[in-house]
Amino acid sequence: MTMMKKLLTSAVASALMVGGAQAEISNNTVKIGYLADMSGTYRDLAGPNGLKALEMAVADVGGTVKGAKIEIVTADDRNSPDVASSTVRRWLENDNVDMVAGLVASSVTIAATKVIEEHNKLALVNGSAASSITNEHCTPNHIHYTYDTYPLSVGTPTAIVKEGGKTWYVLTADYAFGHSLEADVTRMVESNGGEIIGSIRHPFPTPDFSSFILQAQASGADVVALANAGADTTNAITTAAEFGLTQSGQTLAALLLFLSDVHALGVETAQGIQLTTGWYWDMNEDAREWADRFMEETGARPTMVHAGIYSSAVQYLNAIEATGSDDSQVVRKQMMDTPINDMFTKNGRIREDGRMVHDMFLAQVKTPEESSNEWDLYKILRTIPADEAFRPLSDSKCKLVSSN
Amino acid sequence: MSMIFGVPMAVLSGQLLIGIINGAFYALLSLGLAVIFGLLKIINFAHGAMYMLGAMATVIMFDTLGVNYWVALFLAPLLVGIAGVLVEYFLLRRIAGQDHIYSLLLTFGVALIMQGILTNIYGVSGLRYAMPDMFKGGVNLGFMFMPYYRAWVIVAALVVCFGTWFMIEKTKLGAYLRAGTEDSQLMQGFGINVPLLVSLTYGFGVMLAAFAGVLAAPIYSVTPVMGSHILIVVFAVVVIGGMGSIGGAIITGILMGIVEGLTKTFYPPASSAVIFLVMVIVLMIRPNGLFGKEA
Amino acid sequence: MSQTDIQSDIHKSILQQQKTEDRRKLMLNGVLLVLLLLAPFVMYPVFLMKILCFALFAVAFNLLFGFTGLLSFGHAAFLATGGYTTGYLLSNFSGLTTEMGIIAGTLVSTVLGLGFALLSIRRQGIYFAMVTLALAQLVFFFFVQSSFTGGEDGMHGVPRGELFGLINLEDNLNMYYFVLAVFLGCYLLVQRIVSSPYGQVLKAIKQNEPRAVSLGYKVDRYKVLAFVISAALAGLAGSMKSVVFQLASLNDAHWHMSGEVILMTLVGGMGTLLGPVIGAMFVVNIEYQLAQGPLRDWVDPILGGIFVLTVLAFRSGIVGEVQRFVRKNMG
Repeated sequence: MTMMKKLLTSAVASALMVGGAQAEISNNTVKIGYLADMSGTYRDLAGPNGLKALEMAVADVGGTVKGAKIEIVTADDRNSPDVASSTVRRWLENDNVDMVAGLVASSVTIAATKVIEEHNKLALVNGSAASSITNEHCTPNHIHYTYDTYPLSVGTPTAIVKEGGKTWYVLTADYAFGHSLEADVTRMVESNGGEIIGSIRHPFPTPDFSSFILQAQASGADVVALANAGADTTNAITTAAEFGLTQSGQTLAALLLFLSDVHALGVETAQGIQLTTGWYWDMNEDAREWADRFMEETGARPTMVHAGIYSSAVQYLNAIEATGSDDSQVVRKQMMDTPINDMFTKNGRIREDGRMVHDMFLAQVKTPEESSNEWDLYKILRTIPADEAFRPLSDSKCKLVSSN
Repeated sequence: MSMIFGVPMAVLSGQLLIGIINGAFYALLSLGLAVIFGLLKIINFAHGAMYMLGAMATVIMFDTLGVNYWVALFLAPLLVGIAGVLVEYFLLRRIAGQDHIYSLLLTFGVALIMQGILTNIYGVSGLRYAMPDMFKGGVNLGFMFMPYYRAWVIVAALVVCFGTWFMIEKTKLGAYLRAGTEDSQLMQGFGINVPLLVSLTYGFGVMLAAFAGVLAAPIYSVTPVMGSHILIVVFAVVVIGGMGSIGGAIITGILMGIVEGLTKTFYPPASSAVIFLVMVIVLMIRPNGLFGKEA
Repeated sequence: MSQTDIQSDIHKSILQQQKTEDRRKLMLNGVLLVLLLLAPFVMYPVFLMKILCFALFAVAFNLLFGFTGLLSFGHAAFLATGGYTTGYLLSNFSGLTTEMGIIAGTLVSTVLGLGFALLSIRRQGIYFAMVTLALAQLVFFFFVQSSFTGGEDGMHGVPRGELFGLINLEDNLNMYYFVLAVFLGCYLLVQRIVSSPYGQVLKAIKQNEPRAVSLGYKVDRYKVLAFVISAALAGLAGSMKSVVFQLASLNDAHWHMSGEVILMTLVGGMGTLLGPVIGAMFVVNIEYQLAQGPLRDWVDPILGGIFVLTVLAFRSGIVGEVQRFVRKNMG
């Protein structure tokens, strides 16, 4: 009897303690650290405008959750994992930061999430492309939200092969990101009945693509795919237009192309290119409404990364509101249990590996005749359902996936 | 079709031609560096930034004032040249006579400042610049499609390179320049304003970079960081040619374009590293570069 | 008073001056040591370790640049080689204790340094800088291509492990005192080298190489040895850095890193012992502070401004300027 009583009391006490610890916001402040490239190569992807998107999210929930005020601290990661790791460490240990947002370069993201896992806090990754972030590098302490290389290589190739683009030539940036993109594309093309007839690995960065475009032209492939990013992709597209690649009957497919890149290229040069995107500002009423507000703040249309930063931050703050706790695991669980229905996506959900799965879109760059203004750039050709778009859990190497 | 090491002859000819076009770019850029080093002993690490300024100025002048390509071809280098004169007058002059290394560090700092400011204003995605109408399209050479613009690049770059070489090596003005920088006191005695000559020479060197920048604007992504990638490669070209050798810079530029083009055909991943390999080998055999004089 | 008396008086006063200067130096070093020992209780240890690693890197670079007059524009290669080697070994061979991983990283860098030195040492001035740059670019290319480095993702999760299999380095304080001990050891080593007869020859080479040759010194051998020691210490800095941060990345191999160590040395004061240390502290700190603050979008132009300002106005660096000030005003 006494034994029983003892057990009971201790159970109640521990339940209370856990409850007490959970239903509490540490320091009565929710502190968000925004870590991104603010001055280098990836600046336009997230950068200063991503911070604006985050600030919009905080303002939209009213600046407080459950009476706790929300603060943002910011740092430039200088695209350096050292800087990322020491900044995040200091944030978590000295400044009581609860969540880290932004995160672009894959080396930065992996370094930051390792530290965040150690301290059992939370990261919302929006800028990075590497699908390894929720695969071999997954942690219970981060969520990868906007996109990754897997859907990029699923959407575009599948659609193009089905339209008759059977033979492919791939220009690959010679580093891990390019290699994984190339491998995924090869798999998708072949499984749809197409064939890779050649590929080139070019150094990163390459200022002049004429040599590679010429080789791609000489290959006679139906499709020339660009498995690279940023300035490499825009340079390759400019050169392809100059050398009349599409006029000679070849299709150009860019695997990773952001709205900011297409805007820089202009529809004259980029017209007709097919690409996969996680979000487009003009795709529905909710998106447009938010994009208009964003434009007022920044003077530019948001990329999918900006939209993802906003959406994920709102989801995060709502989860704190709902649970009354800023404990990373409580919040993460709440976020996983709540389907995402907002300006970013409909019925998005966060999987156990931390991957947010949502519909992706196959888009095509408009022609100059179709485009009514400088930001009127895509037409959406097809929706890629969430289940098709992302790497299935059965293929996952993530330690959090129960079948592993 | 005939093949060379598994590469069709047609492809190879195309690659050689492309190599020569890129080589013309390298020649133009390394020529400016060689002029500045050869005559002033300044190691100009701001050269890439000056190239970038030329391209950015072309785009910005078109967007804001509607300045067309042909006008930009003169105006952009002129403006950058003036900027160069100011850099020389206010900064470089103060370290004249110090070890060359200081000029490298100083100009590196200047480049960081220029890049950083423009990045904050214009971002890094790149600015759009439409191909001038008269250069649209191209001609089929049988082994490749040759855009008219690339043909223009070769012609323009080679004419400017040869003109510069001729002016420095073969004319009276060039003789003054060479003499003035070698023995400034003597020339000062002859009533020649040597400090002005120095400013103008630096201005002229960076004008060449800016000219290359204008040529690049329609075909490459114009961004504030476009110069930092090419800087090291161009330096390698100048070193291989022999620092300060004007003719050496031109010939080596074209040679390196071809070497790089061939690497892009046979082993593309190494195409960014191959120039450094060539540089190490050349300096093993000829410590002062291919065309350098004895130090 | 006879002439000899006057002479001996002068002699005495010089000795006296030397003594006060020595005493002052000793006191300064003592104060610095106490500060370093207490620092982790006030400041963030990982940040301090970062400063120490870069300080060692700059000290290594300065041995070559400041004392021998050879500007290497490829020192990033050694930092990265040390880091990647140590990171790879510690991640893949769990039997290795941390110090063995670090020693291995240092050794590989040393060998690489010997290779660099043999290929570059006969080149003069700017050609020397450019050959080292070219070689470092080839090393960078190798690291980009190799799968063991993780390419641009970087190498992550390097275990800190246990020192001598005894002391747990996961603990930041333990790690800090280990890094501090290594740093101080290397600093004293460089101090010994510089003040030794060998160091005097290096200085002679810097001032006037032809004269050193004519005095019968085998100049190339001296230079090669200086290069190799410098590369070894730079590699050691990289090895420790990979253990501290538990990662190694391509940033360390990029030529910008070679530029950054020049900036550190120059800002601190090249050719002085303490200069590179102060310079590393200054640059790492200012970069960190700027990246956090309202000027975070302007880090690069501000660093550029520091370059320009240092070259124009403070060529002898912080330490050099302070020394001059002290000599002038405090006798």
